[in-house]
Amino acid sequence: MYNYLEYGGSDQPNVPEHDQEKYEQFMARIEAGEKIEPDDWMPEDYRQGLVKLISMHGISEIMGALPEKEWTPKAPTMKRKLGIMAKVQDEMGHGQLLLRVAEDLLKPYGKNRENIMEDLLSGDLKFHNVFHMPTKTWADAGMVGWLVDGAAIISQTNMLDASYGPYQRALQRICQEEVFHAQHGEAIIMALAEGTEYQREILQESLNRWWPALLMFFGPSSADTTGTSKQDTMIKYRIRKSSNEELRQAFLDKYLPRVFSLGLTVPDETVHYDEEQEKWVYEQPDWNEFKQIIKNKGPRSKERLRLREVAYENNRWVREALSPEAIGQ
Amino acid sequence: MTKVTSAQEAMNDDVYLKALTDLLYQLADDDFLISFRGSEWLGLAPHIEEDVAFSSITQNTMGHALMYYRLLEDLSEGEADALAHERDPSSRRNAVYFEKKNGEGEYLTEPYYDWALAVVRNFLYESFKKVKLEALTKSSYTPLANIAGKVLMEQPYHLSHWKIWFKQLNNSTDEAKTKLQSRLEEAWQQFGDVLELGEYATELEHFDIISGEDDLKERFIQEVESTVKDIRDISFGKAFGSGREGDHTPDLDQALNTLAEVYRSDEKAVW
Repeated sequence: MYNYLEYGGSDQPNVPEHDQEKYEQFMARIEAGEKIEPDDWMPEDYRQGLVKLISMHGISEIMGALPEKEWTPKAPTMKRKLGIMAKVQDEMGHGQLLLRVAEDLLKPYGKNRENIMEDLLSGDLKFHNVFHMPTKTWADAGMVGWLVDGAAIISQTNMLDASYGPYQRALQRICQEEVFHAQHGEAIIMALAEGTEYQREILQESLNRWWPALLMFFGPSSADTTGTSKQDTMIKYRIRKSSNEELRQAFLDKYLPRVFSLGLTVPDETVHYDEEQEKWVYEQPDWNEFKQIIKNKGPRSKERLRLREVAYENNRWVREALSPEAIGQ
Repeated sequence: MTKVTSAQEAMNDDVYLKALTDLLYQLADDDFLISFRGSEWLGLAPHIEEDVAFSSITQNTMGHALMYYRLLEDLSEGEADALAHERDPSSRRNAVYFEKKNGEGEYLTEPYYDWALAVVRNFLYESFKKVKLEALTKSSYTPLANIAGKVLMEQPYHLSHWKIWFKQLNNSTDEAKTKLQSRLEEAWQQFGDVLELGEYATELEHFDIISGEDDLKERFIQEVESTVKDIRDISFGKAFGSGREGDHTPDLDQALNTLAEVYRSDEKAVW
């Protein structure tokens, strides 16, 4: 699960002058629907944009495993334990697929996965806003699968025809698996919605809590909101098709009717579909809070990063023992 | 011994039933506890590829536990989920070594889990599991023999995974070797009940439900010998008693409190 989210990294390599002729050939190729492969020539801002997008996507898959993992050992039945374990495993697998794509792109900079992990821990590489949020009950395990992955499907489907071949192919597989995840989440939600009073209570409480984060999921409508947005560049380079707001509207279109049909409400009394404008009208989430969250100042940012850090440091001896020098001893 | 082909038939002989039931609890609880410990590791393994592989093994293993709980369900012991989530510690039949925590800390905070423990424990676990499964393919209780055959289609890959880890780390840095050795020594002090068949050991052998403890132990030693050279000189201790007879540690309480937290939060709920 994930979404493309614009942020400023701290170490941006300088963008060299384009070779104009190569640039034009490149644009002609992507405009003709051709896919760019790792060894092909590409403009520096294309490479950098992809590095940021895919590193963030990959690391968000891995950080995204953590909120649900909180409920994996606690899942209430054997079947749910097996289901959520497989689901979280898929997310780790997506992380692996994507980090390999990012590693190829990082080669000219002499960087690798180790650097990506270190950038995450140092705060240079951000992860998606939804994964900074706390989980409190089993309903959250369902909510993440149902609506967070539901949102991820919408934002990733938007890039299924991305101009960069390795990313586009990884997304094909990821999206197929995400559909299962959304069904897994929906199954948990349905059991709660049809369940006891307690189950319905934790379900509604969970939705109330996740609502602002779900609206934030697709990022701000424009750079005016948060001061930075690379959506236009990504559209120009045929990485993505729709804007953040178009994606959010597609999400609301798909899921709000389902939310209401389960007898659930969202914590926004103004939310409604405007027939004239043909779009959902909703109360904006607090975009200042969003800015804080993606700076690793969200409710659970520190704790989740700390888990990764402990795992990373604590297993250093294993990585050293597997290194070529050690094996060759 | 003639074959017993169904739960109904097994339930006709009280002694047979008791012995079989006890063994099934041992098998189910071993797989369940080791896979619960595996589920706590999820997301924290030394690298992403391992996380994915380890989780596959854990899922398979929990699936095996579920198959055994279902055999118990067929024997009117109760629903599989109730057997997994409701039973109190003293009725659990897993070996004590498998309930042991993954290391210091908890999976939610400061999980200083020890990969050397994971490698040693899972390697020894899968080695013995393979031996047991092979013996179970000849079990007089055919529903169990059938399951053993099915599990053996995937379980050797689990063993091979952990054997590779063990060998690689044991042929690497001094730090890795030391960590493995110290976890091995710890294992030997606690491994005694793993090799036992509990209260009905004699009946289990007599009814050909599984081969006897001595035979299983010898086959286990043969299985492990190529990897752990001095295994024949080891005396297996029972530092925390015998889980086969209901002795357990506070680590099991932690496991049960965690794995049943949601299950217990609403007794009437269907999840």
